Formats: sequence, C-alpha cells, structure tokens
Amino acid sequence: MGDIVLQILNGLDKGSAYALIALGLTLIFGTLGVVNFAHGALFMLGAFVTVTFTNLLSFERVTLSETETTAWGSPLEIREPVLQAWFGDFGLWLIDYSVLVSILVAIPIMFIIGVVMERGLIKHFYSRPHAEQILVTFGLAIVLQEIVRTFYGANSISQSAPDALRGMMDFGVVLGFEPGMVPYPTWRFVYFFFAVVVIGGVFAFLQFTTFGMVVRAGMADRETVGLLGIDIDKRFTFMFGLAATVAGLAGVMYTPILSPNYQLGMDFLVLSFIVVVVGGMGSLPGAVAAGFLLGILQSFASMNEVKEIIPGIDQIIIYLVAVIILLTRPRGLLGRAGVMED
Amino acid sequence: MSKSNFSRRGVLKTGAAFGGVLAAPTFFTSAANAFTNAPGASSVTFGFNVPQSGAYADEGADELRAYQLAVKHLNGEGDGGMLNTFSSRALDGTGILGRKVEYVTGDTQTKSDAARASARSMIEQDGAIMITGGSSSGVAVAVQGLCQEAGVIFMAGLTHSNDTTGKDKKANGFRHFFNAYMSAAALAPVLSANYGNDRKAYHLTADYTWGWTQEESIAAATENLGWETINKVRTPLGAGDFSQYITPILNSGADTLILNHYGNDMVNSLTQAVQFGLRDRQVNGKDFQIVVPLYSRLMAQGAGENVKGIFGSTNWHWSLQDEASQAFVRAFGQEYGFPPSQAAHTCYVQTLLYADAVQRGGDFNPCAVAEALEGFEFDGMGNGPTLYRAADHQCFKDVLVVKGKDNPSNQFDLLEVVDVTPADQVTYAPDHPMFAGGELGECNPGA
Repeated sequence: MGDIVLQILNGLDKGSAYALIALGLTLIFGTLGVVNFAHGALFMLGAFVTVTFTNLLSFERVTLSETETTAWGSPLEIREPVLQAWFGDFGLWLIDYSVLVSILVAIPIMFIIGVVMERGLIKHFYSRPHAEQILVTFGLAIVLQEIVRTFYGANSISQSAPDALRGMMDFGVVLGFEPGMVPYPTWRFVYFFFAVVVIGGVFAFLQFTTFGMVVRAGMADRETVGLLGIDIDKRFTFMFGLAATVAGLAGVMYTPILSPNYQLGMDFLVLSFIVVVVGGMGSLPGAVAAGFLLGILQSFASMNEVKEIIPGIDQIIIYLVAVIILLTRPRGLLGRAGVMED
Repeated sequence: MSKSNFSRRGVLKTGAAFGGVLAAPTFFTSAANAFTNAPGASSVTFGFNVPQSGAYADEGADELRAYQLAVKHLNGEGDGGMLNTFSSRALDGTGILGRKVEYVTGDTQTKSDAARASARSMIEQDGAIMITGGSSSGVAVAVQGLCQEAGVIFMAGLTHSNDTTGKDKKANGFRHFFNAYMSAAALAPVLSANYGNDRKAYHLTADYTWGWTQEESIAAATENLGWETINKVRTPLGAGDFSQYITPILNSGADTLILNHYGNDMVNSLTQAVQFGLRDRQVNGKDFQIVVPLYSRLMAQGAGENVKGIFGSTNWHWSLQDEASQAFVRAFGQEYGFPPSQAAHTCYVQTLLYADAVQRGGDFNPCAVAEALEGFEFDGMGNGPTLYRAADHQCFKDVLVVKGKDNPSNQFDLLEVVDVTPADQVTYAPDHPMFAGGELGECNPGA
C-alpha cells in the first residue's frame, strides 16, 4: 500500500510539471492559434535563469596563491564567495535560498522573453499552416538550446533546494501508515503546492479579472471582440508572455529535482504536447487534468509488479492512453467543439 | 570520309562503366593500393569521431582536446607529454614514418547511425587511415563494425561495455579503456571490506548494451561475495526523472543501490536517490549505501556533493602521482588550464599507441598495425605495465577504485583513489562467458 501511495505522489509531482507546461501550451494555442513547439525550451530557459542567478550569487573572488601550484604548474586559485564576504550570514542565506529567490528574477525575464518571441517571430506565422508554425517553433527551440549549450556546456548542472526543504517528510504518518512507510522529499511537496498555486492563479486571473474576461471572449470569438474596439492582439501578446512565465517558473522550481541541462526542454515537450491533445486542444482544465492523469499513470506503469505483467509498459503508457482517449473522445477529455476541426 | 571510332553503344558502355566507378564507395575501389587510404609521402590523416553535440558533448570536447594534444606531440610541438615516459622509444616527435600527422573530426551525436555516417565520411572523403573516438558503447560497437568493413583501424575511446571486446570484437578494433567486468572485479574486494558480505542489492540499469553488461558483471561479482540481488530494474536511457524507479527501493528490503548508469542518467539518478533519503536510511540494521560502478570526473561535477563517499571505478585519474600521469596532466593543464578527464586520457593514449605501432611495424597497412599492437606490452602511459591482448584486442592494466571526496579542495578535486587493483586481479580468460559469442575474425586491410 505504501508503494501505491508513493507512486501517486510521484505522479502528482511529475504531473505538476506536465500540467504547468501544458497549461501555457494550450493557453497559447487557445489565444493565438499557434502550436508552440518552443514551449519546452521556455521551461529549460527558466531552469537556466536559476542556474545563472545561483552562479551570480555564488560568484567567487579569485586570487592566485604565491606559494602553491596546480598539478600542471600554474599558481593555485584561491576562491572566496563574494556575497559571503560582503553580507556574512545573510549572504549565505541568500545563496541557500537562491532557487526560491530566483523566482522573482525569472518572472520579468521570462515574460520579456515570451513577448519578444511572440512579437519578433511568432506573430509572422499566425496566418500560416500549423505545419509551418510547428517547424519554425521547433527550429527556435533548437536554436535556444544550442545557445544554452554554448554558454553552459552539455553536462547537467546540479542545483540544491534550500537546506530547510531538502529533507524528507513522512507522509505515511498523516495517512495512518507506520512511520517510514511513505517518506517523500519535502521539495517535491513544495513543487506540487507551487504548481497548484500557479495553476489556481492563472485560472483566477482569467475567471475573475476584466482582462481575463476579455481574453476568454477573444478565445471564443476574436473578430467580434475586435469589432468592439478592443485591441485583442495586445492582450494575446500579454498571454504569450504569461504562458512563457508559467513555463519558466515550472523550470525554475524543477531544478533541484532534475539537474538542468540544455536538453531539458525537449524531454518535456513531446509529453506536454500529448497532455494538451489528451486534455483537449485549447482547454485549460483539460490540460491540467490530463497532466496529472498521465503523470500518475506513468508512475504506476513503472512499478515492478506492472512491468512483470507487461514489460516495457512504462515507456509506452502515455502514448497508449493518448491513442485510447483519442479513439473514444476525438476532442480529448475536455476539448471544445470546433477547435482544429476545420 | 573519315570513320569515327565512337558508336552509340560504345559511348553508353563507357559512360556506364565510368559512372559505376564514380558511384562506388571509395574503399571498394582502392585496389591500386595495398590497403585503404594509404598515406602520401608528406602527411597522414587521422579521423577523430567524438560527440560534439548531444548529451556527451562535454566529454567529447575533452576527448578532442586530448587528440589535438597527441597530434601536437607526435609532430614535435609542445613538451612531448607522455612521449617522454612511454616505454617504447620508437616515436621521436617527427610525425609517423616521416609523415606529418593531420586530422579531421566528426560528430557522433552519441547516435550509432550518425557516428557511422561521420566515420564513413572521414574514411571516404577525407582519407582517414585510422578512426578513433567514443563515449558510448553502442556507438563504439557500430563504428568498429564499419571500420572492419572499410579496412581501417579503429582505436576505441571511452567504451566500457564488455561487448566491445567481447561478442562484438573485431580484428581491426582495439580498446585501451577498461570494461564492465574489470570494474566489478576491482570494486568487489573494496565493497566487501567496507560494507561486508551480507548485503541486499537493488540494481537500476540503463537499458542498452553497456548497462546490461555492467549489471551482469557487478551482480556476479557481488553475489560471489555473498550479497543477494533483490531486483534488477531496467530504466530507459535519458529517463530524466527516476523517482518512479527509486520509490520501490524504499520498501524493497534492499540495503544497497547499484546505479548502472552513466552520464546525465547517473547524475540524475544519484541526485534523486539522495533526495529520497536513501543514504540516510537504515535497512537490515545497516546504513543504506549507493555504488556507482563507473565514475567520471565530469559526471561527479554534475552530481555535486551527492557523490561524497560513494565508491566507483575509473580507468585513470589526474591525481595519480606516477611520472607518466604527471607528464600528461602537465601538458594538458598548460594547454587548456584544467586537468584531463579519463576519456581524454584514453583517447590520448590510443593515438600514441597507434602511431607507435605504425612506427615499430614500419607500415601503415592495418594488418601490420594490428600485428604490432597484438600482444604489445608497454608502460609509461599512466596505468602501469599494460598488455594489449592478442586474443581480443583488450588492454589489461591496473584498475582504480575511487570514492567521492568528502572535502574537495577545488572544483576538479572530486574523486580520491582508494585502491589500485592489480591487472592480474581483473584479468579473465578470452573465452569467459561474459565475453563469449563473437569472433575476432581476420584483419581487413581494405584492399
């Protein structure tokens, strides 16, 4: 039983990342009608905002030793963290909490990246076929990841959660299990709750603000909203920036779970695209529901007991479920009529 | 009236024959030479086939640095590096048999098909007489097969699967790097001494040729100690998040996790295993332990402090104090500003060994090179006395057991050598079951 609860937690955790990326993906599709294959790259860029920010905070002053040398004969470098030297304990605290603090930096950076991407490239492809949109955004994703590789290399770069959030929580005790039956990393709970807050925030923004109401109206009938004198394009550009920010924040918080490398976005892109299709193209609740559903199914399919019955099921389960759902519900779980059906 | 010697049929025949010659791969039409890509009088070309993109691009970059350094040393530039310590004195810094060494590079992308395509291009278009490179056993096996068909020598870079010199061995292929069996044989006594002989091991294994042979080797070695293997779980290559594979370990009764992963997979699985508190657990009255059979410094950098105290094995380490290792570290460090990785070391050594074999044999013919390498005993390359065994073209030398350092003094000082396992303890019979199933075959000069 403990194993089942653990796999549900794994699924929720993995599903949180899928849902956050898919939410932005479907938001862009719903507003601008663009299939954005560069969305995974935005997740990766968010992660590298954290890497950069942590590197800046951990910046070291380098002095050359006058007495010691390296194995190859050059003077030994003596490194001292600048922040610690300047601010003492506060500097150390800042470095420890760099992942969480980098959220504040990532929000404006990712928003600007999203707006620049939309205004600079993607808007030129609104009236082009989806195949061309996919090609250009996929090309953009490759360009972005190669830029990151140039600066950061191909190896994964380890990022740590804050000390206070690095341990384990005995979740089983909450459910009445024996102590030690369902231990789970605290940071993964943090990630799940962070995802719930962000998803809730996006829904509340669209549901309860005038701006959100206009955007929803624009998603339903863009031309009519335009005829009312509302500049819907500006609002949709804002939504693109918002979607980029959500993907970026998902990447920021994921860095202690998965050490980022330049291919991080591609690993999530295909799965997130399937999540969108299963949830229903353009459906925000569908993307979230499908994200968590597929995350949990993927975790269960990885259980040894399941793999003994169907070997290799862990690698195909998401695609299998996608096929079954699309055969029985061609619009996806919560898809709207008329989307991508013309 | 003049009579033309041209007929329509004749022109067509000539055209077809000429077209056929042009269309045929170069290495099928080199009958004029005794072997493929015989070099000219002034230079000889090597093909360095390394991952320049993809997950192993950083390791590939380090390999390329080592190759370039080896070429410099062969051509008499720089301080000579390990040419000064190599027991064979055939090479004198004037190239090979009086020819200057040049090179071309290819990008394997860590994909077998891309690696074969780039190797083929270097052989057919650039006239490379020897192909070398690595970072993935799947790629090494694929390129080794191509080189056998093309009639050039393949000097494997970093490839650790038993299969490279086991069931997939080839007469034109040679491996200096150690293998999964040797890692297991070297690690077992250290694991026994530190963790005892009553352990329950759980394996997570990368699902491809290297992972399978690593799992088979280390499981056999630990079971010989008396350890019980609780489970062997295969994980897809590049899985990223391994949480769904790690959580079943928590209640499995295992007290040791063996991670048969390499590269980013190892970085992620180790990091996540530590996150899930495995190293803080007590199971069966013992502290839970993690073992990583194949370590590299570049991976250790990725995993950060999670590697502290974890045992593994490595082919070579820059902190070794023998004269040859220090000469190589000095040359590499002065050139690039940081110490070389084990991948760089094996690539550098392979280049020198090939050049030396040509020089000693007095011939670039791949079969003469193979003959010079087979059974060759040498020293002064950083691994102690070494034998290139004729039966399977595998090098036999000491193996290093390393541990993640608790208090690293700098960013490169991540692993410490805890034991040097003598070569005779990691030597096996050529017909050992883990290496059975393939034939070395005949050397192919490509003529």
